[in-house]
This record gives sequence, structure tokens and C-alpha cells, in this order.
Amino acid sequence: MRTAFIETLFELAETDDRITLIVGDLGFGVVTRFMQELPGQFVNAGVAEQNMTGLAAGMALSGKIAFTYSIANFPVLRCLEQIRNDICYHNANVKIVAVGGGMAYGSLGMTHHATEDIAIMRALPNMVVLAPNDPVESRLATRAVVAHDGPCYLRLGRVGEPVVHTSDIDFQIGKAIRVREGDDLTLIATGGLLGNALRAAELLSEMSIQARVLSVHTVKPLDAEAVLDAARDTDAIFTIEEHSVIGGLGGAVAELLLEAGARPARFMRIGLNSAFSSKIGDQDYLRNQHGLDAAGMVATIRRTLESPTGKWDVRELLEVT
Amino acid sequence: MCELLAVLYGKVLQVKPAEPDWSERDRFILSKGHGCASLYAVLAESGFFPLDWLETFYQNGSYLAGHITHRHVPGVEVSTGSLGHGLSIATGMALAAKRDRKTHRVFVLLSDGECDEGSTWEPILFAPHHRLDNLIAIVDYNKIQSLGTVKEVMDLEPFAEKWRAFGWATREIDGHNIGEIEEALTAIPFEEGRPSCVIAHTVKGKGVSFMENELLWHYRSPQEEFEAALAELEAHA
Repeated sequence: MRTAFIETLFELAETDDRITLIVGDLGFGVVTRFMQELPGQFVNAGVAEQNMTGLAAGMALSGKIAFTYSIANFPVLRCLEQIRNDICYHNANVKIVAVGGGMAYGSLGMTHHATEDIAIMRALPNMVVLAPNDPVESRLATRAVVAHDGPCYLRLGRVGEPVVHTSDIDFQIGKAIRVREGDDLTLIATGGLLGNALRAAELLSEMSIQARVLSVHTVKPLDAEAVLDAARDTDAIFTIEEHSVIGGLGGAVAELLLEAGARPARFMRIGLNSAFSSKIGDQDYLRNQHGLDAAGMVATIRRTLESPTGKWDVRELLEVT
Repeated sequence: MCELLAVLYGKVLQVKPAEPDWSERDRFILSKGHGCASLYAVLAESGFFPLDWLETFYQNGSYLAGHITHRHVPGVEVSTGSLGHGLSIATGMALAAKRDRKTHRVFVLLSDGECDEGSTWEPILFAPHHRLDNLIAIVDYNKIQSLGTVKEVMDLEPFAEKWRAFGWATREIDGHNIGEIEEALTAIPFEEGRPSCVIAHTVKGKGVSFMENELLWHYRSPQEEFEAALAELEAHA
């Protein structure tokens, strides 16, 4: 996803000199070509994310389309107040790009696990929150945030994620993509987990459970129509994210459903428990540990479907220590 | 800081009150957003908005908030209020101006207290590295911060030497002396290729004998003292 992002940004920046990439001294081997060939549109702010973010606001208020770029929580949490006050309150045309969403940097440890970012960014007025699911979406999301005038958060994975969309997709901010049809339940995935969700749907199909699968690459604004259609057409909804179950995609979908009076027979947020993972490992290993591989998702889905009321105690079964 | 604002808006800044978004304007950022009352007054006096708006300051339903706010207030460049934000935004504006070969300047007024913020020192490091001589930081060095004197709370000295060591062309002036302020602010950049820093030595509550250097008046608005304070100020004028 990182490669798709930087290639697309470079391509756009070549013909639009308003685009400025500001990095927090990270992006070795990634931003090199941008830095060398478009030096007038590149800034390395040093290891100083607060300044990186304030600079971006100032440049955006001077007509630039400013991208801040760093990894994991650094471009989000370290400079959160600058994002809130300097970017969002001024509706400044800044795009915050975090590489390594979720546990993409799993082996690097807790400091590099970005697992609350969606919830936090979603709470900010004016902020659009995008978490593409594969390199195809990542490429199109990059184009979309350039075209959108205002603050955006683009949460990317790392490198080497498989392409999930093998045919052309209609990518629009705030529009979910229906990737698989099914009448029994709906899986709503964001931030790189679409592939595993589709594999889970295949496993469920072998058990004669047909799952609709939605790619919700935009967590805010949420595609209310797609979610409410799912609640109408299928009996159960599962949200899937490599993020805390508090406040992210699952929270957004739950809020919408309840307020719209659409109460599916079963609803479960599949994500990370609100706990720090001190156990390290690569992304696939950690996904497996946290029930975010296809088999883990199926296990949670089955338990939820089979439990008398579909609830809470199911979550306790998933605790990873 | 009223003298600093008066000289800035009266003599230094190239702005058009009838066209607040004029693209070639000099930018002014009040990083010490709590000093907004005087900026609102100066903007109204300069014709950015009607004087009678000032009556709404701090009132229910007003846009004139207790920290400087740009929304619905013509002439306010950016909103601040949390300390340690303004210099980075100003630095971004100065960098954008350089890259676009624009000749306008970016002025930013800081408090001494906000020089405790690490985020203030990040752009202090950045701006000289990028040779932003279109950037001017003015520090209102009144030597009092929220809970005591700067010396007691977090000593900044040797303050000017710190700015110089970071690469800023730095001058110290009497922040109440109109002539000195004008002389400094019309001599910028002090050095080509370097951002300028003006450390304005000031007295908090200057001009009202019972307010000068009194921490209490950082928090309190004059009630029955108002007429007496006004009389003292008018006697100076």
C-alpha cells in the first residue's frame, strides 16, 4: 500500500506543484525519488512531528496541498493537538499519512502498533478518515484525498499486501464497495483486512453460510446506506478491523445501526481488545493471535451466531494474554 | 504588547482591511492567543470590522472568543490558544512564501511562557536551517507566566543567546518604546538568510500602577477598578 501511495503521489505531484510532501525523517527508500526529483515540493521536518504538522497547516493555508508522512502513531498521536487546532479548526488542506496501520510493524513492539488511531481521528470535526484495504484502494484513495479539499487521514499498511480487487472498482470517499454477495450475514472490513474477510466468507460458504462482504475504506464519513442495506438484507453484521474495538469502524457502525433503529439479530465487532500487545511478531502472526486471520474470524462468527443472545461473553473467549 | 501591535498594524504590516484575504498581505499570527483582546481592538481600529463588535467580546453568542479566533473575524490569520502552535504555522507560511517566490513576510508574536513548550523549539531549529529570512518572531518578554515569574517557574536566560545559538538574527528592545519597536520592525531581515527574532522586554500591566507586574491581573478583569485604570492610561497618552 505504501508503494501504491508514493507512486501515485509522485505522479500527481509532477503535474500539480501545490502538492508538498512533509516527512518526519522517515521513509527510507520510499520517498527517495520524490525527494530527489521534486525537491521544491519536499520537506523533511526532522524528528519533530508537532512542527511537521504545524508547518503543514501553515503551508496549506498558503495554498499548498500538504501531506504529512510518518509511521505508526507518530503523525497522529504525537501531534494530535496540532491536528485538531491547526488543521481541523482551520479546515486546512492537509493529508495525514500513517504507514504501518494496525500491527504492520508488529515485531517493532507496542510503540509501533497503531491501534487507536481511527477512533481518535474519527472524533475530530472536518476530518475524513480513510483506511484502504489493498494497494488498488490505496492508489485510488491517494487520488481521492488530493481531489478532496480539506483534512484527511490516510491510514495505510506497509508493503507487499496482496491485491484484493482484481477488477476495476468505483472508488469514492464515503462509498463502500460490495465485494461479495451473500444473504445470511455481512462482513464489513477496513484497513487491510478485506482479504482475510473474503477468505473467512469462503470458509463460511463451505458451512452453507453466505456472507456479503463490504470494503469500507472510508470510516468517516461512513456509508450509511450500505450499512443499513446490510442490516435489512442480512441477519447479522460483523465489523472487521485491525484496531481497538473501541471507537473505530465497529463503533461507527454500531452507533449508526442503533440510532437508525436497525438492530440486526447478531452484531459483533471483530478487532483488537482494548489491551496492549506485549507479544510481538509479524503482522500475520499477530493477526492470528488476535483472531484476525480467516479462521479466527470464522470462529468468532460461529460463536456469535450460536450464542443465545450474541454477546459479550464471546469477547472474553477471545482475550489474548 | 499593545505597543507592539500598534506599531505592527500602524507602520509595518502590509495589509488591506477592506480585502483581508489579499494574497500578497503580510501575515501576522498571535501565538499567545490569550492576548486577543488587544488584537481585536487593533483590528477594529484598523477597519477590519466595526468597532461596536468589540462590545460582544467574551459574551454569550459572540465570535470574539477569549483566545484569538479566525472564524467570522476578518483580519485574524489563524486561531490559537493552546501555546506552542503559532511559530510552526508561521514557519510553514514563510516556507510556502519562499517556495512560491512571494515577497510578503510572516510575523508571529510569542509569549515568554510558551517558550517552555518543546513545540516552540522545533520551529526555532527548523527556520534558520531553511534560511527563512521572511519570518519574524517577536517575544513579549514580560517575565511573568501563569504561576509566577519566568525566573521562578522556568528560567529562559540567557534567552537572546539561545535564539542566536539556534541561528536567529536577534535583537532586544524596550517593548514599550514606540521608536525602538518601529526601528527594529522596519529593519528586517536583520541578516539576509536568517529569520529575525525581536525580544521585546515588557512590563505586564504597563501603564496602570496597580496592575504592573501583578500576576493577579493575568486572570482578573477590572470591575470597579476600570475607571481608575483607564484614567491612568489616558494620562500617559
